[in-house]
Amino acid sequence: MEGRVATGQDVDSNARERLPSWLLGVVPLLLIVAAIGAFAALGAPGLAERHGPPAEELAIEKTVLRPGTIELTLRNDGPDAVAVAQAQVNDAFVQFSGAEQPIGRLGTATVQLAQPWIEGEAYDIALITSSGGTIEHSIAAAVLTPSADLSFFGLMALLGVYIGVIPIALGMLWLPWIRRIPPVWLRAVMALTVGLLAFLAIDATLEGIELAGEGSQAFGGTALVLLGAAVAFLVLTGVSGLLERRRRAARAAGASGAELALLVAAGIGLHNLGEGVAIGSAYSAGALALGAFLVVGFALHNTTEGLAIVAPIAHLRPTPARLALLGTIAGAPAVLGAWIGAAAFNTSLAAFLFGFGAGAIVQVIVQLAPTLRDDEGRTLHPVAVSGLLAGMALMFATGLLVTV
Amino acid sequence: MPQLSRRKLLAASVPAIGGAAAALHSAIPHTHPWEHEALAAEPAHGHASHAGSSHASFRDGRTVDHRANGFEPHEVLRDFDWGTTTRLAGGRLLREWELVAVDKEIEVAPGVKFAAWTYNGRIPGPTLRCREGDRLRITFVNGSAHPHTIHFHGIHPSAMDGVPGLGAGAIAPGSRTVYEFDAQPAGLHLYHCHVRPLAEHIAKGLYGAFIVDPADGREEADELVMVMNGFDTNFDRANEVYAANTIGFAYMDEPIVAKRDALVRVYLVNVLEYDLINSFHLHGNLFHYFPTGTSAQPSEFTDTVMLCQGQRGILEWRFPQAGRFMFHAHQSEFTELGWQGFFEVVD
Repeated sequence: MEGRVATGQDVDSNARERLPSWLLGVVPLLLIVAAIGAFAALGAPGLAERHGPPAEELAIEKTVLRPGTIELTLRNDGPDAVAVAQAQVNDAFVQFSGAEQPIGRLGTATVQLAQPWIEGEAYDIALITSSGGTIEHSIAAAVLTPSADLSFFGLMALLGVYIGVIPIALGMLWLPWIRRIPPVWLRAVMALTVGLLAFLAIDATLEGIELAGEGSQAFGGTALVLLGAAVAFLVLTGVSGLLERRRRAARAAGASGAELALLVAAGIGLHNLGEGVAIGSAYSAGALALGAFLVVGFALHNTTEGLAIVAPIAHLRPTPARLALLGTIAGAPAVLGAWIGAAAFNTSLAAFLFGFGAGAIVQVIVQLAPTLRDDEGRTLHPVAVSGLLAGMALMFATGLLVTV
Repeated sequence: MPQLSRRKLLAASVPAIGGAAAALHSAIPHTHPWEHEALAAEPAHGHASHAGSSHASFRDGRTVDHRANGFEPHEVLRDFDWGTTTRLAGGRLLREWELVAVDKEIEVAPGVKFAAWTYNGRIPGPTLRCREGDRLRITFVNGSAHPHTIHFHGIHPSAMDGVPGLGAGAIAPGSRTVYEFDAQPAGLHLYHCHVRPLAEHIAKGLYGAFIVDPADGREEADELVMVMNGFDTNFDRANEVYAANTIGFAYMDEPIVAKRDALVRVYLVNVLEYDLINSFHLHGNLFHYFPTGTSAQPSEFTDTVMLCQGQRGILEWRFPQAGRFMFHAHQSEFTELGWQGFFEVVD
């Protein structure tokens, strides 16, 4: 600084300070774009062409069986374009239509294979690419894919009502009982609720990871589950923070129970959305027998969710309309999920939804945790621990009744 | 049910195909089909006749680019390479061939490219034909990027066996050697590369038929060569496509034309890698079977023969009736993966 003599430099630095800050933000961005553009335009100078043969990867996102045809929806989740040249079913070349052009990265195509398939039999499909590679897909047991007409959506809605809405409504009938029990018992019920939710969070995460492993990895695979969880957790935390500020402003103390109930209902609703997706897709793939046993199992499993919703509002006097709303928020997504799963099943989306549900539940657990505190301020006191364990045991036991 | 629909289909397609086939018949023996523009349209026509899953076939409307491959299955069928001959002192005939190993991309099914290794750019390699007692001189030039040999079946000295470690051994890329021996015994033989890994060197296309005619010849006949092969395009040591003479369904798309009552002689060679056996089955007829073609007496009158790799035999029969007759491997899997065809018998 001492050597500074030229007056011009002062002018320069003043001018620099006068540059608008948005410009300072935009200039690096423009330079980055220009550099990338130049690199691409010059054909990646200094870098050799690909080493080795093209990597051909196609994920089968959806399988639809109609009389005499098997339709596969393909997604290219590899780095190179893939051209489907020929198709085989059970070691025989078959006629097919679709995928006329090479499928680019992340692109999709649908192929219809002419195959007189027989119900209940297994089919191994091999799509032969232009380089001779094979993309293989197995159908464990062929079954007609239900057509997505009105009666089918009606059936899925009924299923969603059976396993989501009705059980939760029944579970909410515990409200009058919860109101009368002493605080220590209420804490036990709250702990039970947290236990139930913890089980659901673990279950949804594992289910999501399993689904993510099956489908296209192009959109992140397992990472989608964790991303979904993080997004749900952060969004719900933000929303509840907003609500809290408004409540403080209104000095409406005591509203936190209603809010908690809403959060619990929303979290459970998101979980049931994922559950509905799993059920709908399993049904349309023929992997699910719609029996009384399944419905009863799900009903028992989900009844406990009704209890979880009403526990935080034991000390309030909610109107029947409000209770119905809470029940709908928690249960109705099962119907929506069943529709999504049956009509437009996509493993990447389903994995994300499962993760989203898990994240929402974790957020709800965080919100519920303070309600477990006893008079001495402990959270994990013996009663709470017993409740937590009982909740998880209850979910585990009723969960054994159903597999999707 | 399938039987009924197939019969209906055949009844409908025979008049149309019959006319086309008659036109084909005169054109086939020593011209490339693609030299005739009218013929270029035929495969699509043939396709249409068996589309709609009545038979397994490649994707509709698509055929292999025979011109790019440099060979065509119908041409391979009747292409016998007698070599160039000179008289040796003492009156014996010297037959000479040059075989060049070439690495070449072959379209083994429509739209499916396979990095093949070939003799003279074709799969199977040229059908070398000679007469018992001829002196044979085969110059082998290795134009491939990998070491290769030519191992002939038949009777010859150890040094001429074309296996690594004997005689010239494995021929390095850019090198050459000469295999020289007497043509014996009369029969149907084969040749193939014998460099390890053996399965790969054979499966990639280095093989061909080698026919030694008896000194007194064979009865005049419509002679056909069928080298039964397959291609493992995804390198899982199982074939994705099967054929006689490389291109699956080639003789379905365009039947082999045969004359009624004329003697048909098929030189059948099995070089199929990765599968234990292969077979040939003829519809609507039976044939006399001469294993390895070494005896004048047939071993069997049958419609199905089974061959392991390297096994070969001569089949002879006459079609008493005009019409279409299938032939195929009687492993249904191979059949539906390409190894099937039709004879179109015309008056």
